[in-house]
Amino acid sequence: MSKKRFRIEDISKPSRQFQHVDRAELMPLPAPLDDPSQEPEWTPLSEEACETYEASLDDTLLLNIPKPASAEEEQALVVKFLSGLEKLFDPDNNWPFLRQLVTTIEHCANCQTCSESCHIYEASGQSPIYRPTCRTEVLRRIYYKYLVPGGKYFAKWRHGDIDLNWTAVARLGELSYRCNLCRRCAQTCPVGCDNGLVAREIRKLFSQELGIFTPELHKNGAVLQLARGSSTGMNSLVVKDNVEFIDEEMEEKVGYKVETPWDVEGADVLLIHNAGEIMAWPENPGAFSVILNAAGINWTLASEPVAYDSINYGLFYDDVMLSKVVVRHAQAARKLGVKKIVIGECGHAHKALTVIADRVLTGELNIPRESSMTLLRDIVMNDMIELDPSRNDFPVTLHDPCNLVRLMGVVEPQRQILRKICPHFREMTPHGVDNYCCGGGSGFAIHSKHNFEEWRFKVAGRKKLSQILGAFQDCMDPEVNKYVCAPCSNCKGQIRDILKNYDLWEKNHILYGGLVELIVNAMVDVPPGFLEWRWQ
Amino acid sequence: MDLAVHLISYASIAVFLLAVVTRFLRIQRYPINLRWEVYPVPSEGARSRHGGSRLEEVDWWEKEQKKDHVTEMRHMIPEMVFLQALFEHNRKLWLRSFPFHFGLYLLAGCGGILFVAALLSLAGITLPALLLSGAGLVGAVGVVLSLLGALGLIWMRFFDKDLVPYTNASHVFNLVFFVVALGLLVLACREAAWDIGAFQAYVESLLRGDLSRASGGPWMQAALIVLSLLVAWVPLTHMSHFFVKWFTWHKIRWDDEPNVRGGRIEKLVQQALESPVSWSAAHIGADGKKSWGDLAVEEMEKE
Repeated sequence: MSKKRFRIEDISKPSRQFQHVDRAELMPLPAPLDDPSQEPEWTPLSEEACETYEASLDDTLLLNIPKPASAEEEQALVVKFLSGLEKLFDPDNNWPFLRQLVTTIEHCANCQTCSESCHIYEASGQSPIYRPTCRTEVLRRIYYKYLVPGGKYFAKWRHGDIDLNWTAVARLGELSYRCNLCRRCAQTCPVGCDNGLVAREIRKLFSQELGIFTPELHKNGAVLQLARGSSTGMNSLVVKDNVEFIDEEMEEKVGYKVETPWDVEGADVLLIHNAGEIMAWPENPGAFSVILNAAGINWTLASEPVAYDSINYGLFYDDVMLSKVVVRHAQAARKLGVKKIVIGECGHAHKALTVIADRVLTGELNIPRESSMTLLRDIVMNDMIELDPSRNDFPVTLHDPCNLVRLMGVVEPQRQILRKICPHFREMTPHGVDNYCCGGGSGFAIHSKHNFEEWRFKVAGRKKLSQILGAFQDCMDPEVNKYVCAPCSNCKGQIRDILKNYDLWEKNHILYGGLVELIVNAMVDVPPGFLEWRWQ
Repeated sequence: MDLAVHLISYASIAVFLLAVVTRFLRIQRYPINLRWEVYPVPSEGARSRHGGSRLEEVDWWEKEQKKDHVTEMRHMIPEMVFLQALFEHNRKLWLRSFPFHFGLYLLAGCGGILFVAALLSLAGITLPALLLSGAGLVGAVGVVLSLLGALGLIWMRFFDKDLVPYTNASHVFNLVFFVVALGLLVLACREAAWDIGAFQAYVESLLRGDLSRASGGPWMQAALIVLSLLVAWVPLTHMSHFFVKWFTWHKIRWDDEPNVRGGRIEKLVQQALESPVSWSAAHIGADGKKSWGDLAVEEMEKE
């Protein structure tokens, strides 16, 4: 269907493809990627995928809802969806987000102000299904027509028409996974509605009622974490072994003994890393150990299952899973008797454990929690370690993880550090709370099935790519090493994938990494060259 | 007819008040929601200039935190009066929406003065004629602005590519309702020879309960009926956002109230955690009796 003839109600009408994003319509990029013909065409979804799953929303596929084998199966999905929708509006079943949901569903003026703020909508060349309002409008019409008394007679007139069928439900589920949940749209709404929240509520309905989710988030994510201790699959023994290995690596690099403390009872700080860092970017937890030891902080990691992994994928799709992980983190901290929990470089873990958990944890489980950004800022700004900024004599820009910055208000600490230790620090445009998502938000960075990775690059990550290129326009020469600082594991994964996809390390020497690596790179008692300018 | 006009006005005011109170209480009585702020939060004071929060401080829970209501008002007033967010993010809509809303504010201001004048008149005090004329002028400007705004919004609902797919019959109906009501108000003013005293007299008769008092000529009666119905209609629609914004902005977006051990929030959270859960996906493990608190501490079965 063309953009011009787009109608909300057509989401119920079966077709081969509801919307297509043409390569030529994608948002233009700055140099050196300013030639649109260099952008590869979409890899089409396989015939098998299209035959097996509901794959008619757009050019990609994430949720893998199997096509129904019978009319009964079709109907069963619809009935269950309606039952879940009812629970979304029930104070017992949805107390965590009922107020936010109701105020958005009932009071949105459909003014479309939020659309322009959405990086996905903009990058796609304004594909109508990627408007933040689109999925909300579908849900609103279904709600008023099928759940509100009299809806059959008046809803069409008052709220617009829609037919509820299997196609509409399956496409709506898939559509909820075309939003990074960055909530930039909510920031611009004159009424205060939150269409980002609605995307999450739809995901939640699918998970908590229909048992439909992506295996990356659920089975291989939250469930694995709760069952084994970490979504990486590491149990307590393995994680301790791996960290020991990291300590040895660090020792070789810094020239003195580095020991990461475990299970120190009564420690001032329980640090919780995103365990993905231990596997994929070991220099990050290693750098934390170097800094905290050098600064004389009384700190520890916890080997209790779940407590060595700050990941909480429930934040992206399921309130119950979210609560379970939050409680396990707090229980471990209570058991050790630590004074506070500090969260490592992971944006969504920050949001889940500091802000969301604030209204889940009560009594003795309500242990103080804070960001590592503030602790690091105090260490750096109070000269608790000796630093030589000239060691970071290269252009550095900062990515603002949405969960940490727009959704928690932790904006300045990381900047104060960078201004002090990176003489060539430059901001992206826009930045701070007005930042754009990396495109990997809400867990997308760990999803690559079918051709979803392409969608992450071409659409979801396009705006961030444009910002990164914009920040380095004056130094694109590959002779100049450049560093994108992303103090978030998920964002780092997405930025790694984008840079790799567009060959920006090979051609322009743009590298990415965390914040602590830059701090250790500037530490005077560490031999120069902690940062290794090589792709990893 | 005069009796009918008065009764419709009374009924409409009652519906308005009832609808506002009911909706407000319904949302207010929901269980406490999880924190869901979007920064900047102006009550954070100086930090809000860069969008920061108390979470930027080490050991933030040990430091005294006061909400900066002055900075909050500095953000709220431009938002309420000038529709700041719309101005910044959707200028083409603001050009129509601002005159529409601002015109309504002026009209409400005029109505407020008429109400005060009528109240004082009951006490035998007469407001200076200049003040009443001024109120009339404010009202007239309000009518013109709102009419232009409403017509502009109708045009956008029909022809703007962004709005068309999201426009339903009620959007158009609501705006046409305003245009008709405001248009009738203009005709009523002309019929009353642009004398604001005619409107003051009607407000006075409403306050006195003088149902048989003449409400004016046919245009005046039509205007009063349609305006009354409009007043009743607004809080029954999404236009109730005029007061629901208090929740969306203050209780959600700018909530920013931490849960302190033994405090008010903790009690509300504990209550909410006792709510029974009936979500039916297998991994939830709910049975309609187990509470959120039970499920949060329940071990996960291996799948």
